[in-house]
Amino acid sequence: MTSTKERAGIFPNVVMGLMAVYFLLPFWWLLVAATKDNDGLFQSAPLWFADFHLAGNLETVFTQENGIYLIWLRNSLLYAVVSGVGATVVSALAGYAFAKLRFPGRTTLFALLLGLIMVPATALVLPTYLLMSQAGLVDSIWAVILPSLLNPFGVYLLRVYTHESVPDEMLEAARIDGAGEFRVFRSVALPAMRPALVTVLLFSMVASWNNFFLPLVMLSDDHLFPLTVGLRTWYMSAILGNGGSALFNVIVTGALVAILPLIVAFLLLQRYWRGGLTIGAVK
Amino acid sequence: MTEVQIDSAAVAPAAAVPSPRPPLFGRSREAVTGWLFVLPFAVLLVAFLLLPMAYALKLSLYRSTLIEGEHFAWFDNYKQAFQDPLVRQGVGRVLVFGLVQTPVMIGLALLAALLIDHATSRFSRVFRLAAFVPYAVPVVIGTLMWGFLYGQETGPFSLLHIDFLSSSWVLASLGNVVTWQWAGYNMIVLYAALQGLPREVYESARIDGAGPVQLALRIKTPMIGSALILATLFTILGTLQFFTEPLILQPLNPGSITQHYTPNVYAYHQAFSFQQYNYSAAISFLLGAVVFVGSYLFLFATRKRSAL
Repeated sequence: MTSTKERAGIFPNVVMGLMAVYFLLPFWWLLVAATKDNDGLFQSAPLWFADFHLAGNLETVFTQENGIYLIWLRNSLLYAVVSGVGATVVSALAGYAFAKLRFPGRTTLFALLLGLIMVPATALVLPTYLLMSQAGLVDSIWAVILPSLLNPFGVYLLRVYTHESVPDEMLEAARIDGAGEFRVFRSVALPAMRPALVTVLLFSMVASWNNFFLPLVMLSDDHLFPLTVGLRTWYMSAILGNGGSALFNVIVTGALVAILPLIVAFLLLQRYWRGGLTIGAVK
Repeated sequence: MTEVQIDSAAVAPAAAVPSPRPPLFGRSREAVTGWLFVLPFAVLLVAFLLLPMAYALKLSLYRSTLIEGEHFAWFDNYKQAFQDPLVRQGVGRVLVFGLVQTPVMIGLALLAALLIDHATSRFSRVFRLAAFVPYAVPVVIGTLMWGFLYGQETGPFSLLHIDFLSSSWVLASLGNVVTWQWAGYNMIVLYAALQGLPREVYESARIDGAGPVQLALRIKTPMIGSALILATLFTILGTLQFFTEPLILQPLNPGSITQHYTPNVYAYHQAFSFQQYNYSAAISFLLGAVVFVGSYLFLFATRKRSAL
C-alpha cells in the first residue's frame, strides 16, 4: 500500500481543487445567503456577506406560521428514525433467515426479491396511494412510514454479509448450548452483523429523511409534512406570491438548518458510509 | 404460540441436557422459525410492492367515464400513451438527458476516483469529503439551492448573461443539479472498487514503463469495469424516473419546465391535478416496465463483466 503512495503532481491537485470548488460552491452560497435579509439576498454580491441578519432569519424560520418549521423538523426526524429502525429490523430478520435458516420457499422468495429489486419505487407511488386511501390510511404518519419499511436492497445486503461473516459453527454451538432460534439470532448473529446493520440503518434513515415523492403524494395536512415537502410549499408560495408569508430569506435559512444535522452526521459517520458502498461492491 | 416456544427455549439454562435435535423435529421447527423471521418482510413485499404493481396494472386496463363509469378498456390507455405527443416528448427528453448527463457524470466520478486513488495526501482526503457531501443533501434542498444560484439576482453567474431556466438551457441546468448531487457518490463507489484491485499489477506495469496516466487509463479503468457498469446502470435508472428536480424548479419557469416535462412529472399531474388515475397508472406502469426490463437486459448483456 505504502509503496504505491506517491506525491501527486501539480495537475491532479489543480483538477481536484477546481472540482472541490464546484462541489462546495452551493454550500458556501447557502451559508452566506442565510445571513442576509430578503433585500440583501437580491441586492448584494451573492458570494459575500452583506448586513448580518442570521439571528433574525433563524427567529423567523422557527416562528413563521406558529412555528410550523419545528413541526416539520420533528416529523422528518420521526419518519427517519421509525422508518430507518423498522426497515433495519425487518431486513435483519429476513437477511439472517435467507442466509442461515432452511425453510420451504426460501429459494423462491429470495429469487422473487432479486427479481423485484429493480422495480422503480416512483412507479409504485400512485397505486400505493390509491390502495392506502381505500384503507383509510392516507394523510397519516403510517402512509409515509409503512411503505418505507420495505427495503429489498437492505435484505439483500444483509443476506450477503451474514452469509459471509457469521460462521455456521457459532450458531450451531449456541443451539447445542440450548439457545432458542431467536436467542441465537439476537445474541450470536446480530453482534456479528453489526457493521452491515449500521450501514443499512444509515442508508434507510437518510433515504427517509430525503424522501419527497411519497410524502408529497400521501399527505395533505401540512402538520404532517416532513421538511422536504414543507420547504417546497414555502418555496412555491414565495415564487407565486399567493398569500403565503414566507420570503426567500426564510427558505434559505430553513434549508441551511435542514441540512446541518445531515452534514454533521455524515462527517461523524464517514466510516460507515463508505463501508456501505463497499459492501455493495464486495461479493 | 410459537413465541412461547421460543421463550421457553431461550430461558432454558445453558447447562440443560445438550440433546442433539432429532432431524425431523429440527427441520420443521427450523421451517417455522425461518418463516417467522421472513414474515414481516414477506408481508411488506406483498403489501407495498406486489399489490401496488397488480393494482397499477388493473387500473391501467380500465377507463373511467361519466356515462359508463369504470369499465374494462383493454389496452386503450396504453394506445393513448403511445400516441400522446406529450408522453413522446417527455420520453425523448429523459433519453437525451440520460445519454448526455450519464457519461458526463460517470466520467467526472471516474476522474475524481482515479485522482484520489493516485494521490494519498491530506488534500485528496478533504477533496473526497467535499465531493461526497452533496449526496447527503436532500434532492429538494439541493435543487432549491441551484434554483437560487441560477437566478440573475441571487446567483453568482449573472455576468454570463445566461437564462439558465430558459427552454434552451433548462435541460443542461437540470443535468448540472443531478451531476452535482450524485458525482461524489459514484466517485466513492468507483474508488472502493479501485481500492480492491491487487497492487502488484501496478508494480509490474510501472516496471514496464507505464506512467500514472497510462496506469489509470489502461490498467485501472478496465479493471473496475463491473463497478463502472453498475454505476452507469443506476444512473440511467434514476434519469428515466426524473421527477423531483423538474417539479421543484417548475414554478421558476413554467413555460420551459412544463407539466409534461418528464414522463413521471406528467403521470403525477395526470393523477393529482386532473384525477386521470387510469391513464396515469398506464404511464407509470409503462415507465416501470421499461426501467425494469431495461435494467435486466443491461445486466444480462454485460453479465460477464458485472458482479451481479
